Amino acid sequence: MNAATLFGLCGATLVGFGLYGLVTNPEPLRKILAFNLLGSGVFLVFGVVSKRAAASGLGGDPVPQAMVITAIVVAFAATAMAIALVLRLLQETGRATLSSDDPGGTDTDRGNA
Amino acid sequence: MPDATVLPDTTTTDGALLVLAIVLPAAGVLLSFAVGGRHVERIAFVLLPSGLVLALIIFADVWRSGHRLIYIVGDWKPPLGIALRADGLSAAMMVTMAIVICAVGVFAHADFGTRAGSVETRAPFAFWILLMAIWGAMNIVFLGGDLFTLYVALELLTFAAVPLVCLDGRAETLQAALRYLLFALLGSILYLVGTALLYGSYATLDIGLLSHRVHMEPATVAAATLMTVGLFAKTALFPLHLWLPPAHAGAPAAASAVLSAVVVKGSFFLVVRLWFDVMPGMLGPAGAQLFGALGAAAIVFGSVVALRQQRLKLLIAYSTVAQIGYLFLMFPLAFDTVSAQLQSGGALTGGMLQAISHATAKAAMFMAAGLIYAALGHDRIAELGGIARALPMTMFAFALGGVSLIGLPPSGGFLAKWLLLEAAVATGQWWWAMVMLAGGLFTSGYMFIVLSRALAPAEQPLKLRIIVPRYQEAAALALALTSLLLGLAALGPVDVFEVGRLDAMMVMPR
Repeated sequence: MNAATLFGLCGATLVGFGLYGLVTNPEPLRKILAFNLLGSGVFLVFGVVSKRAAASGLGGDPVPQAMVITAIVVAFAATAMAIALVLRLLQETGRATLSSDDPGGTDTDRGNA
Repeated sequence: MPDATVLPDTTTTDGALLVLAIVLPAAGVLLSFAVGGRHVERIAFVLLPSGLVLALIIFADVWRSGHRLIYIVGDWKPPLGIALRADGLSAAMMVTMAIVICAVGVFAHADFGTRAGSVETRAPFAFWILLMAIWGAMNIVFLGGDLFTLYVALELLTFAAVPLVCLDGRAETLQAALRYLLFALLGSILYLVGTALLYGSYATLDIGLLSHRVHMEPATVAAATLMTVGLFAKTALFPLHLWLPPAHAGAPAAASAVLSAVVVKGSFFLVVRLWFDVMPGMLGPAGAQLFGALGAAAIVFGSVVALRQQRLKLLIAYSTVAQIGYLFLMFPLAFDTVSAQLQSGGALTGGMLQAISHATAKAAMFMAAGLIYAALGHDRIAELGGIARALPMTMFAFALGGVSLIGLPPSGGFLAKWLLLEAAVATGQWWWAMVMLAGGLFTSGYMFIVLSRALAPAEQPLKLRIIVPRYQEAAALALALTSLLLGLAALGPVDVFEVGRLDAMMVMPR
């Protein structure tokens, strides 16, 4: 097994863990962490693609590397936005959940409607 | 590889217009951050109409010349560089979205306008910036020529759309926004995995180049599946629609109109690009039927749930879930069994017209619902009595929007459904025709529930909380009329959708 395959398998495992966490965890913060795990797996896959598609004489294909930098910035911004939303939700209701029977949520709704 | 030598991608005359369509909104957003405060609305009021003019010029150019507009960024040709391309589909969608966004801008002046002497608040500042950001992101979605640029556009669209949901900062809308964001992030990361796999297999993400290299192999099938599921989650196609109703119903009226009319069309457009342009031969009959089945399930589920809603805005949001279903009926109808490919033709035209007429009609309906909410202080359907007498123009706009959704002539919805029905009959797929007709009945059902309540006399004299500004009603009515008269497009530029599709095939033969 060469390095590219090993990293590819690691990437796939991370994607699997992340996807499982994102789907099954009810807590928003855990979902966000799972999303980051999933993202890391995808970035690793990009690295593997770069290594495998390397042109002759180059250590790696630079195009996937350029893409992955963009993707990391995007994932960072997404995480920041999600955390900001969770914090704001916590300030408003005292708890941050996604369940719709959240008493804080309905109370505020009634007050405004 | 013959495509490397006969590559037709060179910047066309007027290709620079495409750059302008992306740079203008971006400049608007940056300038708004720099000057801040009450200038933001003024910037938007200059830029949004110029965006409409720009879209119209691009549309006229594409329609008259019958060729695509192409701009090669920095003269670096694909596969290394990035190409912007405007074909008939992009031009038509750009014009529609520009019209909707301009109308929303007029409508939003009342809610998010900054009046002289008033205290500066955060919501208007955010709203105008987000509106310009959505406009820019949509333009990149329509013009982007490679799958990674389209990924960035999708993310821009998400980041602009999510804060619109929770502009008023209530706990309920914050929750809806968070749920929307998580769905959207899952969708875009799946899309990103797909682009990585495709690049690994074919060493390009350019749509034109990829369409010639792509062939059936496990990595490609996995990539296509992941990307499609991701885009379905962002388009809120049943059963991934859970985030949509609370997000769209909870947002302020102007934001709901943008979200429902514009934002979901972005990811839908990418589904069309992916399957019609990148890999038309890969979907296969079973895949096409599956797309159609999900669409049909969305129509039935969305309509039935819409019929049971007590609140007007939720009813309209569930109606969006149902109408999104129609968009996916075009995949089985466009599938040509002889060549085993998705063919552009009546079904594609019908599907795109459905997207356009839904965009205009749904924006008008959300605006009307927002005005009703503002005037009554609630949007409970059972207590709407007398509102048609109090706000005749608003109710008229709402009803006209409904006419287009039901598909009565001469509305755009009629032309769209007629083209789709025609394709269903021509290809002998009567079951999709049944779904469409049943969907029309359901739609009339929930429209008439609302209209019969609204047209009934009030039990006690209505006291409106605010005086609804006439220009807000006019903005909603103008959009509803656009949707109604869209059916007349049958006399004019309806074949514009084909522009550029033939080009790509002729110049770059397999």
